[in-house]
Amino acid sequence: MSWVNAVIHGILLGGLYALLATGLSLMFGVMRIINLAHGSLALLGAYLAFLLTEHAGVSTYLALIAVLPIALLFGYVLQVTMLERSLRAGELVPLLTTFGLLIVIANLLQYFFSPDVHSLPSGSIGSASWRVSSTIQIPWFDVLILGIAIFVLVGLQLLLTKTQLGRELRATAADAETAELVGVNARGVYARATAIAVATAALAGVFYAMRSAFDPFAGPSQLIYAFEAVVIGGVGSLWGTLIGGIVLGVAQTVGAQIDVQYFALSGHLVFLAVLVVRAVAAGGLRRISLSRTVTA
Amino acid sequence: MTLLLVESIDARYGLLQAVRDVSLEVEEGETLALVGANGAGKSTLLCTIAGSHRPAGGRIVFDGVDVTRVRAHRRVRMGIALVPEGRRLFPALTVEENLLVATAAHREGPWDVEAVLEVFPLLRAHRSARAASLSGGEQQATAIGRALMTNPRLLLVDEVSLGLAPVVVERVYAALGELSQRGTTIVLVEQDVGRALAFASRVVCMLEGRVVLEGPARDVTREQVTDAYFGLARAGAV
Amino acid sequence: MVLDGVDFAVGHGEAVGIVGPNGAGKTTLLNVLAGSLRADAGRVELHGTDVSRAAAARRCRLGIGRAHQVPRPFGEMTVFENVFVGAAAGAGGPRSEVYDRAIESLDACGLSALANRRAETLGLLHRKRLELARAVATNPSVLLLDEVGGGLTDAEADELLATISRLRVGGIAVVWIEHIVHVLVRGVERLVCMAQGRVIADGEPAAVMRDASVIDAYLGTAVV
Repeated sequence: MSWVNAVIHGILLGGLYALLATGLSLMFGVMRIINLAHGSLALLGAYLAFLLTEHAGVSTYLALIAVLPIALLFGYVLQVTMLERSLRAGELVPLLTTFGLLIVIANLLQYFFSPDVHSLPSGSIGSASWRVSSTIQIPWFDVLILGIAIFVLVGLQLLLTKTQLGRELRATAADAETAELVGVNARGVYARATAIAVATAALAGVFYAMRSAFDPFAGPSQLIYAFEAVVIGGVGSLWGTLIGGIVLGVAQTVGAQIDVQYFALSGHLVFLAVLVVRAVAAGGLRRISLSRTVTA
Repeated sequence: MTLLLVESIDARYGLLQAVRDVSLEVEEGETLALVGANGAGKSTLLCTIAGSHRPAGGRIVFDGVDVTRVRAHRRVRMGIALVPEGRRLFPALTVEENLLVATAAHREGPWDVEAVLEVFPLLRAHRSARAASLSGGEQQATAIGRALMTNPRLLLVDEVSLGLAPVVVERVYAALGELSQRGTTIVLVEQDVGRALAFASRVVCMLEGRVVLEGPARDVTREQVTDAYFGLARAGAV
Repeated sequence: MVLDGVDFAVGHGEAVGIVGPNGAGKTTLLNVLAGSLRADAGRVELHGTDVSRAAAARRCRLGIGRAHQVPRPFGEMTVFENVFVGAAAGAGGPRSEVYDRAIESLDACGLSALANRRAETLGLLHRKRLELARAVATNPSVLLLDEVGGGLTDAEADELLATISRLRVGGIAVVWIEHIVHVLVRGVERLVCMAQGRVIADGEPAAVMRDASVIDAYLGTAVV
């Protein structure tokens, strides 16, 4: 029952949102694709881990080692087959195809796993916490997630700035046509970007599933939180995604402190406020004078 | 030997025909200048050769291989490099990163970052600067350097002197001259006809998508180019 | 500085062509005349009235019509409807007058047979004619033509020139920017050459195209 506790939990929750949002941010930054199936792909990762823990009896962390490479491959194939064609058909077509994918995944999951709610075992760390004071208690698991989120972001940052793949990614994001003219295979770059995005989504999905209960229809709500985190933090910036996640997390937990029902609503309100402030700052509310338009 | 063969190329932008039935041959080691008024189709032709524009008809044959349907990045790996109009550097990347991206071509050759900086020493001081912060001349040097990093056999250069101070243009052409000495085949589009005639071994003038004049640079006079450029020698005109 | 102290005048019924290399400021000048761009200094006058502060739509109603380089018809409307919009919005008046003017414009540009076709089904030449017809329907006293000669065969260029000279019979003045010089010189009595934001030549077309400074502007300075 303390505001400080709420803020700390918000920051930690922000770590999960940031991890979830990373893939979404990457795909939009490189390819201008808004992947509406992003939350659902995270959920797929959770269900895959669930299969392994239930039937192979391994710990979730071990299952993760199998889930990640599968997610990488899945993302690569997804781009090369579905999304590449969608991109060529038009800028807004990927929205339609990923929306369709979202629905297909939800229904497939429901078919194979039933609508029952599940949860993934999180091991001993899952229940451990650090009692700092009478009003502040920090769960180690959430700290782990924040740590992993920062690790992934740092890793991606290093990939983007220090490796050839990173350079090709940034170049293709800036100007795909010119990148091709200097030898970069834009389609290959896109495929690798999606592979990374789906792998981080699966990672986030598994941790989400360890932290709370999940069912086949949890995809869209996770998508919304990821989307809000990306927009709050500023599109195109990896560290912005972390900040966005944290702002969203804090907004939610502080709102919940006021009244538990306000958890999601306060997050949405902050998201809306950020959008409005940005629009006003960009002069969007001033009438655009048509007489200033120059035709080529 | 013929390095590049352009055969009856037609290229369109929507309903507008930009290149009409153009055929050209470029020998290895040659320097060819493409001149012509705005809208003559010169840039479109270069883009078609480089692979960033799909022709509506005709063939492009490079080193004996039909590359008409080959994607741009594969043509780069085969040895064609384009310095595009307007330079088109990657603005958020540094000079060095812009150069390094081009190693995606995976071609062996004498060109690497050091070699480029030797030819364009003005870039040394800016090697870690973002491309967007450079002056026009520095950007042009970087754009040429980036193309060189792919170790091309055929270098296509589109309007390299636009917006640059004369002294900078001199330097750029000196570098191009050196390249030619080393055996690189160069096709360049140039607004300044005098410079084109002085630099190239052959000149081609285009008008409204067609080739209207072609010949060795030393045999072609400025008057001939002027007539071809405006098409005014045609019947019924001035 | 895109336009540098440009003085320019067109008389009633006169046809003036504007040429010049890339970046000379030709299109910018046209934009300033049409009203889609506000000049930083100077005036634009039509029939002696200062229209510098008037927006493009208002200038159109006052008598400045414009045909664009890349024809942009209202694709889902018919050819007739396209021209009708020009006649109604650009010139106004009672409906019967608007209707008549639309029909006349179609006729003048040789599009009567295509009146009921959807604009997006037209080929390039017909689109250019539609662009012209729509501009003519606004009942202009001066018609601004922005590089309308591109992409045409010799026969098509002849037709376009014939159409424009027919339009001029009605007393419309023409200001025509063009890269295809050999077509332009057949359609105008006066030629203005611009380079780097300035007017460098103004006079009889043949003489202007022989002017050394004009040739230098296009081809680069002659190496002595």
